[in-house]
Amino acid sequence: MAIDVRIPTILRTYTDGAKAVEGSGGTLDELFTDLESRHPGIRARLVDGGSLRRFVNVYLNDEDVRFLDGIGTPVGDGDSVTILPAVAGGSA
Amino acid sequence: MGSWRAVNLTRMLTISRDLHDAIIEHARRDHPDEACGVIAGPAGTGRPERFIPMLNAARSPTFYEFDSADLLRLYREMDDRDEEPVVIYHSHTATDAYPSRTDVSYASEPDAHYVLVSTKDCGNGDGPVQFRSYRIVDGDIAEEPVRIVEVSKKPSAA
Repeated sequence: MAIDVRIPTILRTYTDGAKAVEGSGGTLDELFTDLESRHPGIRARLVDGGSLRRFVNVYLNDEDVRFLDGIGTPVGDGDSVTILPAVAGGSA
Repeated sequence: MGSWRAVNLTRMLTISRDLHDAIIEHARRDHPDEACGVIAGPAGTGRPERFIPMLNAARSPTFYEFDSADLLRLYREMDDRDEEPVVIYHSHTATDAYPSRTDVSYASEPDAHYVLVSTKDCGNGDGPVQFRSYRIVDGDIAEEPVRIVEVSKKPSAA
């Protein structure tokens, strides 16, 4: 009963340095709530006001969830979720 | 080998002439849009070795962003090769090579050297170019010295 979640360097302070953790849930939202129960603080780094933070990219099995159902994207056993901070910036 | 370690501890960017020039070339070529990319290196060494120019998905003179599919591919590849993003570079095309508020808000690799190049005085040509390096951690900007090494020549030949 597990979903594999890949954690980027900047969020490993919440996972005791682990590069990957396991979680469960029927949607990404539920998965992040489940992660929060074992890794307090991580959810707020991913979610803001009920949607994904702009600075964070989340992929479900290599697909950017922004092109799926965002935080409501259904997930299940055997799925792989990858979290990566956006690499962006600029003079503006 | 020992000298690399000393360099890392003093928080300086040590980069080969070839990689330094490759970043500037990319910035000049893409001017007036911002250019961006990564130099990956073996994890834990702090040595920039593999030049990976990225597409600016924003194609903008004031913003850059790695395409999300490219970003995933990049991180997978670095993971498979046991590499990390040692340098994350981008250009400013009308302002100085200093991190903007936007740059700071997005900066998410505390161990990376954030290299900024300014093409405001050279455009696509051979004019003067700014090349500066920073650490950006928790919203704080710290400029660091850049040491360029001529690896393709014998050390004493220069």
